[in-house]
Amino acid sequence: MSVIFFLIAIGIIVAGGFLAAFIWSVKSGQYDDDYTPSVRMLFDNYAPEDDHVQEAEERKPENASSPKKNSKTSNRNNNKS
Amino acid sequence: MGKPCIHCGEDCGKHPVLWDDKPFCCNGCKTVYQILNEKELKQYYQIEKMPGIRVETEPVGEKYAYLDLEEIKTKLLDFSDGGISKVNLFIPSIHCASCIWLLENLSTLHSGVINSTVNFPRKEANITFKEDEITLRQVVELLASIHYIPEITLEKSSEDPTKKSNKTLLLKIGITGFVLMNVMMYNFPEYLPGGELLENDFRRLFGWLSLALSIPVVVYTSNDYYLSAYKSLKHKIISIDLPIAIGIITLFLQSAFDIITDTGIGYIDSLTGLVFFLLIGKWYQGKTYQALSFERDYKSYFPIAVTKIVDGKEEIIPLEKLAEGDHILVRNQELIPADSRILKGDANIDYSFVTGESLPVSKEVGDLIFAGGRQVGSSIELEVYKAVEQSYLTQLWNQEKSADKFDSRLNTLINMVSQYFTAIILAIAIGAGAYWLFIDKRLAVFVFTSVLIVACPCALALTVPFTFGSTIRQFGRRGFYLKKTDVIEQLNKIKAIVFDKTGTITQNKALKADFIGEMLSDETILKIKSIVRHSTHPLSAGLFLSLPGNDFYQVDNFKELPGMGITGFIAGSRFNIGSKKFVMGKAEEELGLKTRVYVSKDAKALGFFQLENQYRQGLGEVISDLKTNFELHLLTGDNEAEKQNLIPLFGDESKLQFNQSPTDKLAYVKNLKSDGKTVLMVGDGLNDAGALNESDVGITIADDIYHFSPACDAILESKQFMNLNKFIRFTHTSLTVVRISFVISFIYNIGGLYFAVSGLLTPVIAAILMPISSVSVVAFATFTIAHFARRNLSFGKN
Repeated sequence: MSVIFFLIAIGIIVAGGFLAAFIWSVKSGQYDDDYTPSVRMLFDNYAPEDDHVQEAEERKPENASSPKKNSKTSNRNNNKS
Repeated sequence: MGKPCIHCGEDCGKHPVLWDDKPFCCNGCKTVYQILNEKELKQYYQIEKMPGIRVETEPVGEKYAYLDLEEIKTKLLDFSDGGISKVNLFIPSIHCASCIWLLENLSTLHSGVINSTVNFPRKEANITFKEDEITLRQVVELLASIHYIPEITLEKSSEDPTKKSNKTLLLKIGITGFVLMNVMMYNFPEYLPGGELLENDFRRLFGWLSLALSIPVVVYTSNDYYLSAYKSLKHKIISIDLPIAIGIITLFLQSAFDIITDTGIGYIDSLTGLVFFLLIGKWYQGKTYQALSFERDYKSYFPIAVTKIVDGKEEIIPLEKLAEGDHILVRNQELIPADSRILKGDANIDYSFVTGESLPVSKEVGDLIFAGGRQVGSSIELEVYKAVEQSYLTQLWNQEKSADKFDSRLNTLINMVSQYFTAIILAIAIGAGAYWLFIDKRLAVFVFTSVLIVACPCALALTVPFTFGSTIRQFGRRGFYLKKTDVIEQLNKIKAIVFDKTGTITQNKALKADFIGEMLSDETILKIKSIVRHSTHPLSAGLFLSLPGNDFYQVDNFKELPGMGITGFIAGSRFNIGSKKFVMGKAEEELGLKTRVYVSKDAKALGFFQLENQYRQGLGEVISDLKTNFELHLLTGDNEAEKQNLIPLFGDESKLQFNQSPTDKLAYVKNLKSDGKTVLMVGDGLNDAGALNESDVGITIADDIYHFSPACDAILESKQFMNLNKFIRFTHTSLTVVRISFVISFIYNIGGLYFAVSGLLTPVIAAILMPISSVSVVAFATFTIAHFARRNLSFGKN
């Protein structure tokens, strides 16, 4: 029967681990917003391969009407190293 | 009927703006589509159909120039270091999944943005950006360019304390839940037949473990109850928290005694279960509308910075630096920040936020204007003659909430019940203890504690959070947002209702337009409508809404002449719409009580529209229904022009007060209160702020609940105005449910007391009785409220 003492100790440790995880999740702000993440996870992974593209103001209707896959060529405002 | 706009879903009319073969209702929508299309962000239009926001404004220009000021920047930024800054912006127009997606992909629109995260319930976007690539001003302008216009105030998100207390509450629930589950496991053998066969070693171990685990519950997670019991005792009030605190402490002491003396396993399971349920109740009740603000003061409405004119040059200064005698420039659509005198320009002030009156008032050079109005038209120059804090309207805000408002809040039903309850329980405990002293001395203390344990009003304490919590949720789904649960109880006590007129019982935007002149054909009306559609002037917007038809014509050469009118060509004929001077070439004669908009076609005058505010839909029914139960009053800053329309509605002439200043309104409410009446004030504008604050319950009517509204206890969506009576009546239902729940929990208490007084309260009985009573009361409260809400508030959800 003394195995029960052992099991109880394990039980407390496991449950304590979950409690610690819960406390951490609350403290790290995971419960601050309980709606947005549920939407966010459904977005397709969109990888902005080229995050430096030309400024929005300089667009011309004709070049935008045939959307280019690779607008890297037209990047002129960025001096990103 | 035209096609819906790809961007915002608005009807495009006969001649949509076409781009890439897709119809748009206006150039603004097309521009946003182009920006997104170019950055390959078209997924925006796939996540939700037509997710865009229609914005009718001119280019931002210098509007956000103040964001370049260092002192304003430091106040707004959450964090700034080594060129990387973080800012949290409130964007009321966030409304769907597409919004989240687009705002979180801001980095695609501008490489300076490192990361952005949206908090949907709070309608906030947290943006991290590199300062050397994009300034705060550019971030805001970027958002504005895609029609997500942030509302910027210097008030640091005042919700922070609630956010923190919410976190603490969650932590407490987690810890208590952990303890409860473990303790229940240890106590489980005791509940089973043959539990007494358990080896003593185990029993002792389980007991001590439970005792050790219960310490954080007794010391930490239930500390709020001791504190609030102590606080209300200091105010000589016996609140419901007092018997709870007594119960928790007695439970713990009795259990500790049992375990230490090795006479039993104690009541730790009941104790933790009790605290757990109570905390859950607190959490349920604490549901708040995070994106709504009930506490805004003038600071969040007024601009952050103003354009000051120093030696003929424009200079942007923070609002707090504005002093008497300064000369300032106020542009189209900007707010007047302080009471001032007009130096230059045609002032045309829209006071809709102040009075609810949507028609702009024109003022001449030399006139005094009050803070809070919005200039419509060309820029004007003003001389400030009163500092911002001393402005007529801002002073209304600075008044303290009256003391009796606080007092009446403490005088709640639950506190009244708990006074008697506590007294009776203490009497029974002492009586039973004394009785057992004569019968069996060993049991006397046990009986005394048993009574206190079993009487611990857990179920009683849960009725109010769950009943009112459900009520708040049901109201919220139907467009009526309460600040806190105690507003429900206050609403229930209402005797007199005071209405503001303009903007409250009349519609803010919609106007009644009567055309006076030659008969207009449907075609001409539609043409006029097509032209006013292009203008953002409130009169145009009002006219647009009041005219029928939606098959719009193409308008060429549209021009808006500030302070004059609008002009445009349709199928070659020229339409002029606006002031008499503009349209007819004659100076404006003395205006009557009503506003007129003149129309001419090819220089031939057609006549004029006479515009009036329109009463809200269903006003008649609401008023006549409320009249049977409440004393109704009407306060308005307007003249008596509409008196004859209002008398049949309200009946009693003496209760209609005209020409009331904001201070008069406040005094009127105060007066009613001093007659011993509980007053509900229904208002909408800044000029009602004082009265809303003074009344027992202040309800603000808002067309857009996320935009500015004065401080109040509840916000009602304007389209739900016709159901105000139903909401008020429903609070009676809520109170009835609370009373019935009280009776149910008393029955459990009486049953428990039987065991306690006869000295039979074993841990098993306590462990069964307490959860059953709590759960049944909670279930009863939530389900009956949901049922009655379905039946009595059946006007649909929005």
